[in-house]
This record gives sequence, structure tokens and C-alpha cells, in this order.
Amino acid sequence: MSGERYDGRIVVVGASLAGLRAAETLRDEGFAGSLTLVGEEPHLPYDRPPLSKQVLLGRVSAQDVGLPSRRDVDARWKLGVRARGIDPVAKQVLLDDGERLPFDRLLIATGTRARAWPDPAEAALDGVLTLRTRDDADRLAERLDAGPRRVLVIGAGFTGSEIASACRERGLEVTVAERGPAPLVGALGGTLGAFAARLQRAHGVDLRCGVTVTALNGGNGRLTGAEFSDGSRIEADVAVVALGAVRNTEWLAGSGLAAGPRGVACDAGCRAFDMYGIVTDDVFVAGDVARFPHPLFEYQMLSLEHWGNAVAQAEVAAHNMVSPGPRRRPHLTVPAFWSSQFGLNIKSVGVPTFSDQVVIAQGSLREGRLIAVYGYRGRVTAAVSVNRAKWLEHYQHLIETAAPFPPGPGAADLLDTGPPVSSDVPDPQHLSHGPTVALTGHLPDRRLTLVRQGD
Amino acid sequence: MQPDTLFQRITDYANRADPYPLYAELRENGVTRQDDGSYLVGTYHEIAALLHDPRISSDYRSRTHPDEAMIRRNERPPSFIGLDDPEHDRLRRIAMRPFGPPHSPGRIDELHGDITRIAEELIDAFRGADRIDIVDEFAYPLPVTVICRLLGVPHEDVPRIRAWTNAIIDSFDFTPGADQEKRQQAGLDARDAMARYLGELAGGRRGHPSEDMLSALVNDAGPEGRLTDVELMATATLLLIAGHETTVNLITNGVLTLLRHPDAHKRLRDEPGLMPRAVEELLRYEPPVHMLPQRTPLADIEVAGVTVPKGAPLILMLASGNRDPLRFDDPDRFDPEREDNQHFGFGSGIHNCFGAPLARLETQIALGALLPYLDDFHLLDDPPPYRRSPLLRGPRHLLIARG
Ligand SMILES: Cc1cc2nc3c(=O)[nH]c(=O)nc-3n(C[C@H](O)[C@H](O)[C@H](O)COP(=O)(O)OP(=O)(O)OC[C@H]3O[C@@H](n4cnc5c(N)ncnc54)[C@H](O)[C@@H]3O)c2cc1C
Ligand code: HEM
Repeated sequence: MSGERYDGRIVVVGASLAGLRAAETLRDEGFAGSLTLVGEEPHLPYDRPPLSKQVLLGRVSAQDVGLPSRRDVDARWKLGVRARGIDPVAKQVLLDDGERLPFDRLLIATGTRARAWPDPAEAALDGVLTLRTRDDADRLAERLDAGPRRVLVIGAGFTGSEIASACRERGLEVTVAERGPAPLVGALGGTLGAFAARLQRAHGVDLRCGVTVTALNGGNGRLTGAEFSDGSRIEADVAVVALGAVRNTEWLAGSGLAAGPRGVACDAGCRAFDMYGIVTDDVFVAGDVARFPHPLFEYQMLSLEHWGNAVAQAEVAAHNMVSPGPRRRPHLTVPAFWSSQFGLNIKSVGVPTFSDQVVIAQGSLREGRLIAVYGYRGRVTAAVSVNRAKWLEHYQHLIETAAPFPPGPGAADLLDTGPPVSSDVPDPQHLSHGPTVALTGHLPDRRLTLVRQGD
Repeated sequence: MQPDTLFQRITDYANRADPYPLYAELRENGVTRQDDGSYLVGTYHEIAALLHDPRISSDYRSRTHPDEAMIRRNERPPSFIGLDDPEHDRLRRIAMRPFGPPHSPGRIDELHGDITRIAEELIDAFRGADRIDIVDEFAYPLPVTVICRLLGVPHEDVPRIRAWTNAIIDSFDFTPGADQEKRQQAGLDARDAMARYLGELAGGRRGHPSEDMLSALVNDAGPEGRLTDVELMATATLLLIAGHETTVNLITNGVLTLLRHPDAHKRLRDEPGLMPRAVEELLRYEPPVHMLPQRTPLADIEVAGVTVPKGAPLILMLASGNRDPLRFDDPDRFDPEREDNQHFGFGSGIHNCFGAPLARLETQIALGALLPYLDDFHLLDDPPPYRRSPLLRGPRHLLIARG
């Protein structure tokens, strides 16, 4: 079939950012076969980043975050239906409504969901929320509109910090509890973590680090407050559990794929590995649920929760799904992420946690405008800008070319002149929240149960 | 006789009409040191990297041997195009507040109707004529009217502004010669006069707010505070000059290029929706800004295997990068439907053009309005007479005639 376009049946499971962008790319590439998108949520694809930003500020309604479609995808949409498994021999996706969808090529784009509060009774209290979906954001915005006396945010990763920022902007009292030493340390390390802690406090956040929430208290089924591991307690009528994300891979148990809590392992061409580490040729993976090797990070498998990665990986996966071998492309995009909180615009390129040192290369912590550059064993592996995003392209180039760390002197606007310091990236075990970028070793996860095929 | 250096040949007025073969030679030669110690870069990827490199200064004072003219120019405070971060960033933010997002997101879009009306009025004025100078009758009056309205400069002062601007642009000519000194001085005097004029105009609006940008700059303060009087004069002068000079050339180059490429002309007439892309291609193919002559490395840096020493003049040949075959397929072809067209027409990096959204809108509207009318016309002089400057390159006049 060399040179010919593929035109079998394609099923995409997960109808969000990665699923939609893949569907559009398939059609852009000339795919003319049948295309089905399956999504557990009842909504057409929408955008999540505004959910913790504009939506919580009441500037945009949760109804209005639909993803703009780049083109007509001419697909069958199965929305509001969960896929519960794959029959790898018959090549079918099994749906909760009983339907079986035959496929020639499958794309897994089931993303992640919010990690739930571990105590089900406490999690069920009225006022205890998580934030991942449009409906979650709707509920949370409504709570904030009602003017709670205090909001508790559990976990100071990006999502938790953005929620706290929105609360302060609305003039609400907010307590942030984080088991690690500072907000954002899991993603950005010690130097910027300490900066984020000062920032939050300067904006009036009651920030409590090095503590865990030991209990959520309730009365009459409603949240009334929380207790901390240091013995202190607060009253609060809303608690947002921001403990990070869980990859939606349970539905793949028994599929024979290398799917586990860290994601679905795939190769650089987005083809899924099976549980023996053998690469498949008809099952592809993209977006938050994927775990893929990256040459810039010593071919370790990366799991990213980044908007830009979902788009880029979906495009590569879609291209490869309909292209013959020699035309396939690798997914090599340098990871990139942004966040806005407390009036600052934070952007990251590379993998800051893949580092042993960090140096301020431009601007200064004091000014709140800066570029921090991260190095690992003498080469540049990441850079994070605070209100200085236009410079990042330069650092991306340094990352791509494995330029020596620390970068040479001479930046026009270097105000903090200090030597590189340890990047102080904590073990994720010691954080409340899961990091949005994780290095997950070199091998596909092996599943230990052998599946008897054809059962 | 000593052979001329490449840079001398590029700036030689005799090569103004077609500098592109020289750019090809420049790319072929790699990064080249000129006899005067300056370094010329003409390849796309190297220019892109330098425009994003924080060790490259835009401030003349970073040079080890600033030339005479620079020293004199530096007695005036530089505007933000000639400053580095964090000063550049602060001043640019303040200037952006009344001009674009996030504070004034609708400012440019709101001008759509005005620009269309101005373009139509200008066309009406020469509708019956058999012979038109595109520069004087269309490409010049349109952007100057728009920027004056935006800033709040009275229309009757346009002739003074034009005289000052011409003196300033002519002083950007590097050709040595008996009158160089004189031109430089005339340029400085004009800049001072324009700055004083704008300072007084703005001063008069303090406490009497009107809708324009000068008024906003003296009356509203954002998180970065307000400009000092000296900063205000430098910034307003920059906005006024940068705000029309280059757009004149882009519109003129557009007419010239379309009359030279009848197929593209027809294509655009039949499908006006292609105009935005065609304007991007113009910015690549015939950019108004050919080079950025005022960069200086703050440390020894390596560019394509050559070490450019700290403090040396570094000249980025944007128009050459735009024709680099390693970046653009068939770069010498004008293709109004070109995709993946990340040209350097507006520069790149932190100094990328502040007014790009306005320039794009003006040029799209101007060419769109003029196109249907151009059918019966041809170029009288090809190539047309060019203005002196090799930096801001464009025709002095563009005569077209019916038939
Ligand atoms: C509040 C918030 C703020 C964010 N802010 C930023 C930001 O500022 N910058 C940034 O870079 N990134 C941000 N992100 C991350 C970004 O939104 C994600 O990277 C992106 O959504 C990933 O897209 P995806 O399609 O891979 O997965 P998802 O968006 O998680 O979509 C997966 C979809 O699959 C569905 N699904 C799951 N299992 C099944 C099943 N078995 N059957 C059928 N359907 C299933 C799910 O319901 C879901 O709709 C943010 C995320 C959140 C939640
Ligand atoms: C077609 C028209 C235009 C072209 C080709 C053009 C081109 C450019 C280029 C190449 C630069 C980069 C300079 C550098 O890096 O040193 C620049 C900067 C600039 N331009 Fe434009 N420009 C145009 C129109 C405008 C308009 C309409 C305005 C104002 C409203 C404007 C205002 C500026 C300013 C203020 C800067 C300096 C930005 C900074 O230093 O941060 N330009 N322009």
C-alpha cells in the first residue's frame, strides 16, 4: 500500500482536545473512511484551561468554552457513552451501552480525571468539589458566586494555585494546604516554589505548607471545616480537592496493552505497546493518557498533562494512523506549558523536573519577571519564564541543541546575579498534588496478568 | 582599486532596485566580517536565533566603538526600539496600553471603517486620471492620516510631519559622501523638532482627555505608571514615524509587485479572501525593512561557526533571511498563497513590530480597495526610482498609467 492513503474504519475513544484534533487531522490528511468518536462526557469537545481561570472569575461561562472546530470532521459522535474495553482479537471497542464498534485503527485519547478525596464519606459532603470538567467548573463557579466565608484548596499544583488565585481575585478568603514545602515545587523545583509561596502570601492566601489535611468535617451532610496534620483546624464551606490527575486507563485492563496508572505506553510514533513491550500497529495513543519516550530526556518515558502536547501528539498520531511506514513521523515536540495566576503569566519549556540545577538567567525574582533555566549534568533541559514569555524561544533552542548549562553570561536584563543552585525537585511521593509532568522510566509498564485471548 | 565590501555594495544606491542577488551572495558567504569590523548575517535560522537571544542588545551604547553619529544621537534619550529589557519592556507596555490587548483590545478593529473610508476617498480623488503616482496620491496619505488620527495629531500638520520624517529617514543612509555629515545633522534636528512638537501637543491634553493615544498616554496610568516628559517625546516620535513610514512602502511595494505579477493580481481580484495571506507574502518578498543595523552582542557569541566579539556591530539582513532557500521553498517566487510563511517583515522576538496588527489591516484594506481599479493600468517606470535608504527601502514615486 506504499504511497496510498489508508481508508479503513477508525475509532477514537476520548472526545476532548486530543480526540478532536486527531479527527481533524485525519480528515486533513485525506482519510475518507468511517470515523467514530466516543466520549464519556455528554458535551462536544471543550477547552479545559479556562475552567480554572476565566470561568472561576465569572468572565466566561462554563457553557462557552467549546473548542473551535478547525474543519468538519464528518464523524459519528457517540457522546455520553463510556468505552469499557477492547477486544483485541476481534478488533472491537466495547461500549457501556452494549454496542461493539469494529475498528481497523484505534486511537486512545481518554486523558485523565481528577484524583478524588480518599475518604468517600468526606468526599460526599456538600461543598467538597474537584475541578476537571465543564460541569465541575460550573458547580465551583456557582459556589464562589454564593460568597463562601472561606475556601479550602487541597494541593498547590498548577490547578490548586490557579483556583486560589481566582478566589483572591474575587475577594474570597482562601486557605491552601500542601504537603510539600511550597506551591508548584513538584513542577518547578525549590527556587520558583519559594517564589510562588511568597507570591501567594503577598496576595493574602493563607498558605500552609508541609501539612496534610487529616479530616474534612461536616454537619448535616455539609462541609464545615478541616483539620490539619499539625493539629490546627479551620472553618470552610467549600473545599476543592486538587490532588492531581489519574489516568483513565482502567477500561483497558484485559486489553493486553501496556496500560497502567502512569498511562498507556507508546513509541515515538504514538503506537501503543502491548504488555510484553511489543509495539502494536493498529492502536495509537495521544494526549494526557499517553506515556512516550523522548530523546531530549534520555529516552525516558514522559507523561505530560499539557494542552500543547495533546494537540501535537494527536496530530502525529493521526498522521501515522493513515500513513505507510516510511512516511510516519516521530512526536518530538519539546514539552511546553503555561499557567496564569496572581497576575503573572508563567510558561515552561522542556522538563524542569529533569534537572539538578537552576539559575536565574534573566530578570529577577524580586521584580517578578524572570527566566529560570534548568540544567541536568551540564546541559540545558528546561526554562521557565515569569512575565517574560517572548524569550522562551531562545531557551527552547538551547534545550533542543543540548546547549551547555549554565548558559553563557551577557543577557541584557540579568538583575539577579547568582551562581546556579540545586533545583530541589522533590520526590513526588512527598507532595499533595501529582505533578503535571512526570518522568516515568524507560520501559513500558508490564501487566502481570496474562490475558487469554479470545475469551 | 580596493574591491568594495559586500555591505558597501548592498548599501550602494545603484543596487537599490534589486539587492536580492547580493543577498544570495551574502547567504553563500556565511557570517561575514566587513572591513569596518561589523558582521553581516543573512541566513534565516541564524537571524531567528539572534533575534531571540537575550545577549543581543538593541542599544547603541553597547558598542565598543560607537560612531560619531551614534554618539550625537545618544545625547537624545533613545526610544524603546533602541533600548533593552527591562527598560524596553516597561516602556513598550505603557505604550501598548492605549493601543492593544489586554487593555485596549478593540482599538485596531475599530479603525476598520475609518481606514476603508480614507482609502475610498483617496481613490475617488484620482478616479478619472490617466496617470497616478501611487506614493503621493495613495500609499503615503493613507497611513499618515490613520496614525495622525490615532495619536491625535491635527491633519493640517501633516506637511510638517512629512518634511521631518523625510529628513530622519534620509539620515539612515550609510553611503559615505560629502553630504553625509549634513544629512545626519538634518536628521537629528528634525527628530528634535518632531519630539518637541509632540511633547507640546500631548502636554496640552493633560487634564483635558480626548479619545486619542497621546491623551491616553498623559492622562491614564496603568500598573507601570506613566511616561516622563522625555520618555513621552521619544515614544510619541517613534510611534509617529514607525507608524506610517514603513506602511507607505508596503502598500507601494504591493502595487508594484501585483503589476509585475498579473497572474497573482487576477487571482486576488477573483478571490479577495486571499488578501491577508498575500500581504504576508509581500512582507516576505518585498519587505519595507531590509535590515536591522543596530544590534550588538553583549558577550562573544558564536553564529554559524564564526565568533562575533562583544561590542561589535551586528547587522541582521531581514530581507535576505526572507529569501533563504533553506527556509522557504522557491524563495524568489511571489506566491500569494504561500503557507507556513514565518517571515521577518515585522522582525521577531521582543522588538517585533508593535504596530503589526494596524499595518496588516491598513495594507489589506488599501490593496483590496485599489485592486479592482488597477486592471487598466501599467507601470510607467520599472524599476521605479527608489528612496535613498537601504534600510527602509521603497520607491520614491510609483507612476502608473492607463492603457
Ligand atoms: C482546570 C484545568 C486547567 C488546565 N490548564 C492548563 C494550562 O493552563 N495549560 C496547559 O498546558 N494545560 C492545562 N490543562 C491541561 C489540559 O487541559 C490537558 O492537557 C488536555 O485537556 C488534555 O487533553 P486530552 O484530550 O488528552 O484529555 P482530556 O481533556 O482529559 O480528555 C479525555 C476525554 O476522554 C473521556 N474519557 C475518559 N475515559 C473514557 C472512556 N473509557 N470512554 C469514553 N470516553 C472516555 C473523558 O471523559 C474526557 O472527556 C488544564 C487542565 C485542567 C483540568
Ligand atoms: C508595514 C508596516 C510595518 C513594517 C514592515 C514594520 C516593521 C517593523 C520591524 C521590522 C520592527 C523591528 C525593529 C527591531 O527589531 O529593531 C518594527 C518595530 C516597531 N514597529 Fe513596526 N512596522 C510597520 C508598521 C508599524 C506601525 C503601523 C507602527 C505603529 C503603530 C509600528 C511601530 C513599531 C514600533 C513602536 C516598533 C518598536 C518595537 C520594539 O522595539 O519593541 N510599526 N517594525
